[in-house]
Amino acid sequence: MATTPAPGPAPRRRTGATRERQSTHEGFLVHKNGKWIKLSAALAAVLILLYIFVPLPPQHFGSTWLGYTLGTIGALLILWLTALGMRKRAITPGRWSLKAWTSAHVWLGVLLSVIGTLHSGFAFGWNVHTLAWSLMMIVIVSGIFGVTAYATLPRALSANRYDSEGAITEKQMVEALRSLDRQLHDAAQPLDRECAVLVDNSLEQDPFTGSIINRLTGRYPGDATREAAGELRRLRAHRPRIADDPLDKVDALLTRKEAMLARLRRHLRIKGWLQAWLYVHVPMTFALIAALSAHIVSVFFYW
Amino acid sequence: MRGHAPVSEVDGEVYRVAIIGSGPAGMSAASHAAQLRMNHVLLEKTDHLSDTIFKYQKGKHVMATPSQLVLRSDQEFDAGKREDILGRWNQRTEELRVNVKYNAEVKSIKGTGPAIEGSIQKIITRARDGSTTTTEVQRHAPPYAITLTSGEVVMAETVVLAIGTQGNPNLMRCPGGDLPHVTYQLDDPYAVLDQHIVVVGTGDAGIENARGLAEDPAQGNVVTVLNRSPKSANVRESFATAKEPNAKALVEDDAAGKLTIRYETETKAIEPGWITLNTRDGEERIRCDRIIARIGSAPPRGFVEGCGIEFASNDRLAFPTLSPQFESTAPGIFVIGALAGYPLIKHCMNQGYDAIEFINGNTDLKPADEPLLEAKFAGLPGKRSVNDWLELLRTNIGILNGMNTLQLREFMLDSDARFTKAGETIFEKNDPGSSLFAIADGSVHVRIDPNDASKVVPIQKGSIFGEVGLISGRRRGATVVAASDCICVEISRNAALKLQSQVPSALRAIERISTERQLLQMFGSGLTPDDVREVVDTAKIVAVRAGEALITEGADDKNIFVIRVGSMIVEKVVGGKPVFLSYLPAGSYVGEMALIDGGQRTATVRAAIKSEVIRIDGEAFARVLEAKPALFARARKDMEARRATNAFVESKKDGFSGVVDLYSEQAKFLVSQGLGEATDVLLIDERLCVGCDNCEKACADSHDGLSRLDREAGKSFAHLHVPTSCRHCEHPHCMADCPPNAIHRGPDGEVFIDDTCIGCGNCQRNCPYGVIRMDKVPPKKPSLISWLLFGSGPGPGEPPYKWSKKNTKYTGDPVADDKLDRKKAIKCDMCAGIEGGPSCVRACPTGAAIRVSPDEFLTVARLENEGA
Repeated sequence: MATTPAPGPAPRRRTGATRERQSTHEGFLVHKNGKWIKLSAALAAVLILLYIFVPLPPQHFGSTWLGYTLGTIGALLILWLTALGMRKRAITPGRWSLKAWTSAHVWLGVLLSVIGTLHSGFAFGWNVHTLAWSLMMIVIVSGIFGVTAYATLPRALSANRYDSEGAITEKQMVEALRSLDRQLHDAAQPLDRECAVLVDNSLEQDPFTGSIINRLTGRYPGDATREAAGELRRLRAHRPRIADDPLDKVDALLTRKEAMLARLRRHLRIKGWLQAWLYVHVPMTFALIAALSAHIVSVFFYW
Repeated sequence: MRGHAPVSEVDGEVYRVAIIGSGPAGMSAASHAAQLRMNHVLLEKTDHLSDTIFKYQKGKHVMATPSQLVLRSDQEFDAGKREDILGRWNQRTEELRVNVKYNAEVKSIKGTGPAIEGSIQKIITRARDGSTTTTEVQRHAPPYAITLTSGEVVMAETVVLAIGTQGNPNLMRCPGGDLPHVTYQLDDPYAVLDQHIVVVGTGDAGIENARGLAEDPAQGNVVTVLNRSPKSANVRESFATAKEPNAKALVEDDAAGKLTIRYETETKAIEPGWITLNTRDGEERIRCDRIIARIGSAPPRGFVEGCGIEFASNDRLAFPTLSPQFESTAPGIFVIGALAGYPLIKHCMNQGYDAIEFINGNTDLKPADEPLLEAKFAGLPGKRSVNDWLELLRTNIGILNGMNTLQLREFMLDSDARFTKAGETIFEKNDPGSSLFAIADGSVHVRIDPNDASKVVPIQKGSIFGEVGLISGRRRGATVVAASDCICVEISRNAALKLQSQVPSALRAIERISTERQLLQMFGSGLTPDDVREVVDTAKIVAVRAGEALITEGADDKNIFVIRVGSMIVEKVVGGKPVFLSYLPAGSYVGEMALIDGGQRTATVRAAIKSEVIRIDGEAFARVLEAKPALFARARKDMEARRATNAFVESKKDGFSGVVDLYSEQAKFLVSQGLGEATDVLLIDERLCVGCDNCEKACADSHDGLSRLDREAGKSFAHLHVPTSCRHCEHPHCMADCPPNAIHRGPDGEVFIDDTCIGCGNCQRNCPYGVIRMDKVPPKKPSLISWLLFGSGPGPGEPPYKWSKKNTKYTGDPVADDKLDRKKAIKCDMCAGIEGGPSCVRACPTGAAIRVSPDEFLTVARLENEGA
C-alpha cells in the first residue's frame, strides 16, 4: 500500500549531548532483558556452592577469608543500595537511567539476603550481629513487598481512573466532588430542617479526614454521606409520595457523591499502599546502617 | 457619483494629515506631525490612547524588541510596566499638543477629488458557502472625506491608517439585529437585573457573560445560551472555541438549572421583547429583553479594502500592497503598524515618524532598519550598499523577483545572507531546519549518497533548496555543499510563508520545485527532471482535513499521493472493524498498489492531522513506471514489504482479535492526542507508573526549578497516558504568532523559547495541547545535600509558591525587581544540550516514561509487545 522513507542513521546530536532512545515500554524488573535478575541469580548460586564446598571451620565463619569477603561485599552493597535515594533526587547530566538503578537495586538487594545470611554462617544469637542481620532482612522483606506493590498496584490505580467517558485524574475527582457538593447545597434548600441537617453533615465533612488506617484500609466508619443517604431513604419511606419531591434530586446527588467518594478513596488507598512500605524500608535502612557500624566496630575491637 | 460626503456636514477645514488609530504607530505619527506643526488630527475610536496596550492586564511588562533597532520618534519608549508607558505617552501627547479626537470611529474613507482614471479597485468577498462576489470601486483623488460612525465628516489631504489588526465585533445579521437591545459587550453583569437574556456565541467571552448574569439567583435573570453545535459528552466538541474549564462550568450551571443552554439552535429573528429561534425541532419564540452577541470579531480587511487599498493576495495572512514610503494603492493613504505587517511597538513608532516625514516632503529619509540590514550584509564579499545588495537579490533570485523594496527590506530582516566558500557544507543530512535557501550567486551540490561524496545533484544560481524542511518540518533529507563560492539567503519559515502569501508567483515556483524534487528524491533510481515532467505538470497539491479519507477501501481510482505536510494512517476493515495498519509520516507515498496490481483500493488512508498531499495522476505515473524498469522494480519491492505487514496484522486478527482491536484503538487514541504531528512525545505506561512524580521533579530540577510537564493531567486510553508535555510538533502552533520571534527549533529538533520572550502568552493560547505555562523563575534552592542532611530548602522538584515568594530576594532596584517578577513562557526543550537526554525519562524509576517519535512507536512491533 505504501512505503516510508528508509530510516537513515540515527540523527547526530548537534549539541554534542547523547541520548538513548527506546521505542517500547520495558518495566524495571526485566530491564535489558532481565540483565540484573540473571546476574543476581548466578551470583547467588555461585556463593551458595562456595559456602557448601569450600572447607572452612564451622566456628567464627565470619573471620575466614570467605566470611570477610562476603562481609565486605555485603557492607559495600548495603551502602550502594542506600545510594539509590541520592541517585533518585540528584538529576545530574549523564547517561544514567533510574530504571536501570532500580532494577539493579531490586535484584542485588534480593541477592544481599543470600550474602548476609551466608556471612553469618547461620550463627544467630541475642547480639548486635544478629540485630544487624535482622534489620537487613526487614529492609529486604519490606523491599520485596514494595516491589510487589509496584508490579501490581499501578494497574489497579489506572483501572480505577477509567469510567465510560475515559480516564479522570485525582484533581478531577476532587473537582467532581466539589461540584456535587455545590449542587447538593442548592438542591437541599427546599428540604425541611431534619433532612437539611443530614445533607449539611455530608457537605461539611472533609473527604480527606481519617487516619492512615482509614486511608490504607479504605474503610471510613461514620461517613456522613453514606449516613445521610441511608437516613433520607428511611425518612422518605414513611412519607407520602409527591410529584417533584426535592428529596429525589438530593437522593440522586448523594448516590453520585457516594460513588465518587468511593472512587477517590480507592485511589488514595492504592496510592497509600504504593508509599506506605517506604516508611518501613527507609527508616529501617538507617537503623541497619547504625547496627552494621556497631557490628563492624565490635568485631574488629572486641572479638 | 458615489463617495461624496454631504457637503453640509463638512466644517470646511481640510487637515494636512488625518491619522486613524492612536496605537504606537498612529500616536508616534501624530506626535511627529504636531512637532512639525503640521495641520493634523488624530482619530481614536475609544476614549483613551492606544487601546490595545490599554487593554493589557494591569502591571504587564511590555518589552522593547528588537533591541538593536534604534527608536526614531518624538515619543519615548523603553521596556517597562504598562502603566508607566501609557502614562509617559499620554503626558507627551499633551505636551506636544497633539490634536486628538476621541470616540471617533471611522466608518469610511472616500476620495472627494476627481475620479482617477484607470484606478479601479476590485474587491472579492467570499461567502460562507464558498461563492464569491466581486465589487468594483472607482478611486477618487484626495482630499479624503473621513466619515465617522457619529455621522461627522473629517476632511484631510492625506490619511495615515494605523488601526492595527484587532478589528470590530461581528454583528448579528438576522432581521432585527440592529435593534438597540442587541449588544456586543457587557461591562458589568451584576448590574443587570430581572431580565430575560439571550447570549449568542459560545466562546469564552459569551460563556463568561452568561455565567456572570446567572451567578446569583437574586439577580433574577433568565439566561439562555444559544449553541449551534449539538450536545455532546465531550465539551470540547460542543464548545469548540471555548477553554475547557469555562465550557465545563457552563454545562454544570445548565445542569444545576441556573441557566439554559439550547443546542443546535440559531437566531432567526429579533423583535422588542421576543426572539425567534431556529431549533432542531422547528421554530420557537421566547421572551428576550436583551441580547448579548459575542460572535467573534472581523479582521479590518473589509474596511481597509473599502478605502481603495489593495492587498497583496487573497491569502488570509496577506498585508496591503505598499510603496517603500508606506503609501497604499490609494494615493495619499499611508498604512503603518500591525496592519502593514509590523507587530512590534518599536517598528510601529518608527514608521509613524517616517510616514509623516515622507508626507512632509522628506523623500531621502533612510529607514530606521538601515543599520540592521547593513549588519546582515556585512559578512558578504564585495563592498556594496544595502540598496545594491537588495537589488542583486531581487534580480538574481527567481522567487524574489515579484517583491517591492519595502517587502524585501522586511523580508531580509527575518532572513540571513550568507557567504559560503567552495566545498563548505551548508547543512547536513538529518539536521533539523525549517528554513528555505535561495542562491543569489554561485551554485551548490546536493549529495544524494551519504557514503559517496561524488554522487551529487547540482542546483544553480537563482534557484532554491531546503524546501522539504520548510514544507514538512522534518529533518534535512540530504547534505548540501557549496560547489563554488556562493552567496545564499537563508529564509526563515515565517519569512518564507509571508513571501508565499505576498508573491503568488513565488508560491507557484516553490510548489513546482518541491513537487519535482520530492518525486526525484523519493523514487531515485536515476530519474531526471525530464522523466517526471508530465507527472509534475499534472500533479496537484491538495489539502486534506484531519480525519478525511484520502483513499477509501474498495474505491476504483488509481491516483498516487505523496504526503507533503502532516501524516496519514492506513486502516482496513477486518471482521467488520477498522484495524490500524500503519502510520505514514510526511515524505511517504501511498496508493501504488492499485496502480501496480490493478483492482480496488485495499485499505483506507486518512489524514491524522490537517495535511497536504501531492496528487499524482495514476496514468501519467504508470507511463513513467513502464519506461523505467528499475523504478518499477523498486516500487514493487516497497509494495511487497507493505503487503507483508498488512498480512501479518490480518493474520493476528484471527487468533488475537482483542489485542488487535486494542492496538487499533490505541493508535487512534494517540493520533487524536496529536501524535500525528509530533516529533517527540512523552508516553507513560500506566501499568508501570507508580505516581511518584519523579519525572516532574527531575524536570523542575533540570530547568530553573520549573516543571514543564504535568504527569497526571492529559488523556489516557487503555493504560497509555499522554501527559501534558510538549510534542515538539512538526509545524509548532506556538511559533505561529510570537511577536519577538523567540520560539525556534533547536539543533536536536527541540522546539524551545529563548530569552527574548516578552511574556505575551500568545504561544500558550495557540498550543492546542496546553503544554506552555506562564510563570516566573523561582529563586535558587539550597543544594540537595543540605536538604538531605539539614532539611534546608524545599527539597527536590518545583518549590512551593509560598517558599518562592518568601525567598525571592528583592534588591530595591525597580528594574532588577521587575525582572525577578517577570512571567515568561515555559515549555519543554527536550533537555537540549543535557548529556543523557530528557530528564523525565532518565528519572523514571520503573520505565513507565519514554519519549518517542510516532514512526518509532506506531509500528506492528507494538502488536507483539502487547502479547499477540
